[in-house]
Amino acid sequence: MSLLVDKHRPKDLTQLTYHYDLTKRLEALAQSPDFPHLLIYGPSGAGKKTRINCTLRALYGPSVSKIRIDSRQFVTSSNRKLDFTIASSNQHLEITPADVGPHDRVIVQDLLKEVAQTQSVDLSARHRFKVVVVNEAEYLSREAQAALRRTMEKYSGNVRMILVANSTANIIAPIRSRCLLVRVAAPTGEDVVGVLKEVGRKEGWKESGGLNERIAGECGRNLRRALLMFEAVYAQNETVTDTTPIPPPDWEAFIEQIAADIVAERSPQQIMVVRGKLYDLLVHCIPATQVIKSLAFRLIPKVAPELRPEVIKWAAFYEHRVKMGSKQIFHLEAFVTKVMRLIESHMMGIDIDF
Amino acid sequence: MANFFDLKARKAAASAGASSKGTQKADRSSLQPWVEKYRPKSLSEVTAQDHTISVLQRTMQASNLPHMLFYGPPGTGKTSTILALAKQLYGPELFRSRVLELNASDERGIAIVREKVKDFARQQLSNPPSGPAGVEYRKRYPCPPFKIIVLDEADSMTQDAQSALRRTMETYSKITRFCLVCNYVTRIIDPLASRCSKFRFKSLDHKNASQRLKDIAGTEGIRVGDGAVDALVKCSEGDLRRAITYLQSAARLVVPTKQAAKGEDEMDIDDAEGSQLVTVTIVEEIAGIIPGQTIESLLNAMRPMPKKQAYDSIATVVQDLISDGWSASQLLNQMYEKVLFDERIADIQKQTIAIVFSETDKRLVDGADEHLEVLDLALKVSECMA
Ligand SMILES: Nc1ncnc2c1ncn2[C@@H]1O[C@H](COP(=O)(O)OP(=O)(O)OP(=O)(O)O)[C@@H](O)[C@H]1O
Ligand SMILES: [Mg+2]
Repeated sequence: MSLLVDKHRPKDLTQLTYHYDLTKRLEALAQSPDFPHLLIYGPSGAGKKTRINCTLRALYGPSVSKIRIDSRQFVTSSNRKLDFTIASSNQHLEITPADVGPHDRVIVQDLLKEVAQTQSVDLSARHRFKVVVVNEAEYLSREAQAALRRTMEKYSGNVRMILVANSTANIIAPIRSRCLLVRVAAPTGEDVVGVLKEVGRKEGWKESGGLNERIAGECGRNLRRALLMFEAVYAQNETVTDTTPIPPPDWEAFIEQIAADIVAERSPQQIMVVRGKLYDLLVHCIPATQVIKSLAFRLIPKVAPELRPEVIKWAAFYEHRVKMGSKQIFHLEAFVTKVMRLIESHMMGIDIDF
Repeated sequence: MANFFDLKARKAAASAGASSKGTQKADRSSLQPWVEKYRPKSLSEVTAQDHTISVLQRTMQASNLPHMLFYGPPGTGKTSTILALAKQLYGPELFRSRVLELNASDERGIAIVREKVKDFARQQLSNPPSGPAGVEYRKRYPCPPFKIIVLDEADSMTQDAQSALRRTMETYSKITRFCLVCNYVTRIIDPLASRCSKFRFKSLDHKNASQRLKDIAGTEGIRVGDGAVDALVKCSEGDLRRAITYLQSAARLVVPTKQAAKGEDEMDIDDAEGSQLVTVTIVEEIAGIIPGQTIESLLNAMRPMPKKQAYDSIATVVQDLISDGWSASQLLNQMYEKVLFDERIADIQKQTIAIVFSETDKRLVDGADEHLEVLDLALKVSECMA
């Protein structure tokens, strides 16, 4: 059984229910013979991927949804073999170069040039170019991005890129300059309610307006998350009412617990307790950034208003450290310690600037 | 994947394509993104780089070229210029055999660069066709007796590869000229840079950029509203490629494509008048400019207020900004402008604020989380203003 998220994913631009202006723009672009390279960015769960798939259908018709998954091997200059997965249809392919980490340049150089130098086989096709969708483009190494530059210009007759990223900060200026930037905002609460209503109707579930509203409020404008919550509520309850509790994702509940621990007791022993829990999160592959962020936002309502900017200050500081450093746990723990000291000195009325 | 890389099918397609070449060729330019369609084809078409171009034109007449280093920000005409120069020197017949372009999409480790350059340099110098045709050809194209090796995007070459290049450059200097192209001249090692004549490409100035955009809009039959060209130039920050891409996307919004595809003579007058204007709003939306109102609401939230409310009011606005997907760097740019020219903020405070911006910018480039960073910045700046 597929998840709700996948089951009711819109397939055509016409089925998209929010950001109508954006849909219109994509439609216009897809109709034009000179579709540009795109850089699509926006927060996760905003519906970037769905929109791209719809745009591909507008470009090529339904055959573009017939996806094959292949594995190919690439060899780095130091003779390392890389196995790389490619999803493709006759008209496009989709890759996530971040899968091979720092070796992504090889993929960009070899695979993309190969595609770029290949003319379309199908003369009846609506467009002569193929589209390459690059997921998680913000994780492309500088080298890989540099390798894209001329390829995007030289072979623009044969290939168009659609780069997908959560943010454009790590995309180098020359690449940004070669793409049309398309921002996909997260759906508003109202948009979310609309989608929930529609999906519920398709599933034949009894509607509860109050529940939909609450999910919209709690999902942080993340549609994927909203749908997961929605599904969980209906799966776990016989009858759903406006007040049926929404189970938070396991790890969020866990972080809430950590936040409570930190505020309850500030001591070396407690640090050890918290450390165990942090390790648990990391072992379960919750990204450290997510942990720090979630923890910070859950600490906020628990601490004095004067301390709130401080909590954010150190969360931002150590999150940056996580990105630059090599041992995530160091920085998570440093953040915890810092917050404990902040609370402690605030309670004792000492204003230590550290 | 199967037929994606299927050689046979590709060959068949190629030969099928060849038979209908005539029609395809004509199609081709309308299929290209405008940046390629309007890439300068000769030196004289390169705008706004007058000094560089006039020096190059003079050198070309002398038919002796130094090694060259082109540097400057993206979309200012570096690649276009060297390609145009090479075309004018050698003409279509010799271009392929006399010019080698290596860019960042090619493997450029030390060994490979040496190998490729060596192979290329060693090939016998191709000559224009013999007989009267050749004389004619030489009149149009000087065809000087050396080859050109273009190392585009040279700043992405490793230091080692660059050092290795020194020797190679000297070894073949009789029969080859190098042209290095890069964004950051400081990333080119000194010994290499000092062997080259340097040419700086400036960000396009307002006048030239807008003229070029107007020309393109004219050729494409796009009606551009008051101030829209200015907005294009401003949003693209001297990067003409970006400006052209924006213009093309804006055009797609205002002119129904079917009509654009029909071609001018078929378009009746009603349609032409029916096509909308490209407006400032459309341009700003495409360029990802954050609406002034949105920035204003953040700045308002940051104004000094009791500690109790300060956090919440700022956090709410930031949360929305992030959920709306605005890019943090764009936000920083626009806020910086606003804050710096805000007369209600004292100079001494601005000084502290500038330091906050500097730190945040650095962290963002390092890949730090945008939400935390923007919130942190807003809180800190708010405190500076208190
Ligand atoms: N000075 C210019 N005159 C005319 N057109 C220009 C000029 N600069 C840029 N363009 C336009 O922008 C496009 C890109 O220019 P070009 O490839 O030369 O940039 P570049 O300087 O090599 O940039 P990058 O550093 O990103 O490689 C060209 O195809 C052309 O349409
Ligand atoms: Mg270039």
